[in-house]
Amino acid sequence: MTAWGALPMLAVMLPVLGMVLALPAGARGAERITLALLPVGIALAIGTAAAVQASGAPLVHLLGHWAPPLGLAFRADGLAAAMLVTAALVVTAVALFARADFGTAAGAPEARTAFAFWPLLLALWGAINLAVVATDLFTLYVALELLTFAAMPLVCLSGTRATLEAALRYLMFALLGSVLYLLGIGFIYGAYGTLDVVLLSDLARAELPTYVAVALMTAGLLAKTALLPLHLWLPPAHAGAPPAASAILSALVVKGSFVILVRLWFGVMPGLAAPAAAQVLGALGAAAILLGSVAALRQERLKLLVAYSTVAQIGYLFLMFPLLVAAPGHEAYAAKAWTGGVLQAVSHAFAKAAMFLAAGLIAVRIGQDRIAGLAGAARLLPVPVLAFGLAGLSLMGVPPSGGFAAKWLLLTSAIEAGQWWWALVILGGGLLTGGYVYRVMAGALTGDGTQPALRRPDKREKIVLALAVVSVVLGLLPLAAFGLVQVGRLDLAP
Amino acid sequence: MTTLYGLLGAALVGIGLFGLLVRTDPLLRILAFNLMGGGIFLVFGTVARRGAGAGFAADPVPQAIILTGIVVAFAATTLAVALVVRIAAADQARDGTTDAP
Repeated sequence: MTAWGALPMLAVMLPVLGMVLALPAGARGAERITLALLPVGIALAIGTAAAVQASGAPLVHLLGHWAPPLGLAFRADGLAAAMLVTAALVVTAVALFARADFGTAAGAPEARTAFAFWPLLLALWGAINLAVVATDLFTLYVALELLTFAAMPLVCLSGTRATLEAALRYLMFALLGSVLYLLGIGFIYGAYGTLDVVLLSDLARAELPTYVAVALMTAGLLAKTALLPLHLWLPPAHAGAPPAASAILSALVVKGSFVILVRLWFGVMPGLAAPAAAQVLGALGAAAILLGSVAALRQERLKLLVAYSTVAQIGYLFLMFPLLVAAPGHEAYAAKAWTGGVLQAVSHAFAKAAMFLAAGLIAVRIGQDRIAGLAGAARLLPVPVLAFGLAGLSLMGVPPSGGFAAKWLLLTSAIEAGQWWWALVILGGGLLTGGYVYRVMAGALTGDGTQPALRRPDKREKIVLALAVVSVVLGLLPLAAFGLVQVGRLDLAP
Repeated sequence: MTTLYGLLGAALVGIGLFGLLVRTDPLLRILAFNLMGGGIFLVFGTVARRGAGAGFAADPVPQAIILTGIVVAFAATTLAVALVVRIAAADQARDGTTDAP
């Protein structure tokens, strides 16, 4: 137990408590409860990050004062703190944005979708917080399932047949992923008698059962993270989902399983990492970057373009695996790869949330979301188009954006590690990203200019712009601020 | 005896995985998922009987995991079946028939 250790625990409890209270409160009550909890959640997340940064050590909370292996621990290290803050800010932005779609105006009857949306948003928030702070592999399994069960209904909120099909497809991938993960847990428990990541980092031996277990769990988590070739559920899930749900799904849900994968590779088995397997993960990431970007270039609908862009950007997250695994004894570039990977997760969360919400505003205003029909959009919707462009800069990796800092760190780390092939992938991916962002911007900025500038100011535009600005400003932070994400790395434990 | 249970669990996992990957009918895939879950719970039971790494005669922790796992698998199954029912209802409304799909 450390001082302030209760902060991450409260960050998990708060949304869960809110969800339980929201269920009997009806749509209007649920909306009020959600909005009231947002500032508290942000305060808890920022408090956790500040405490981790100040003490330079992870915050640990033992539930019921029972230490592992008997009890369960919550452990907020730098990675967890960064993800807590990201989740709190993105959920806040999405909740404020969603008031226009799912809010219940005074005197209006309560809608079914509104009643479903707010508790699901809270459940998702609680699940993502649990997924980043829990240290027990089985607790992480429960967090993964909660994430899926909360995200799946958001995909099919509109209830049309296409969205139901997409939700079923998503659920099938997620269920396959979770049973594989659960089987891996069985092997790990059978071999070591504990499921606590911190204890396992000392116990794990380079034996066949460990490798089989980690392989099974990795395959399961890849299906949930939507890494190519297990990404097939992601684009259809986004196609019919409301913009708020798409933003949360791309920004946060796929990151939850990514954080667990990082815990597994660099927590459970730091000493026995398999370089060949890490190269395979990196290769899948590289394939995702290139094929996902090409697929994005070929899309005709704006929303699907952004969805395939998520497939590509997830690929970058997996470049940190071969770089870190090859690194024992080379702390300098391992630290860069770690920071680059985490920063990519954070900056992509903000940029992609901004993109989906901007695409939603554009689609509503011009009545369709075909890229070919975007002409004149910049005159009608200057702020969302600007936000889309700014977020695009971050995805491309143009300085001084957060995406640039992430990709630059991965690139230099790859060169220092002598694995120059990843550097080529990063550069090529940046060019392809530039291509599809240009397609959208060029379409939006054309138009004969004779159209009257019918601006219909919408206060949601400010939320979208704020998200895009955050994704860019992340790149202006001094590098010392990124020291936070290094705190408590288990692969460095003596 | 324990080994037999372990092997049976592995066989169920194999059958379930095959069904989940090869079958396309949603209901069959949901059943395959449950078959696979059952196999995994058997593996957990074997782990518990072997006393796991902790050295107990019969370890209660995997049994607790099985219980939680059953609850989660049940919740997942209900969600999936609810979706299948909704899709079937949407199909019926589209075709204007009352026949089962």
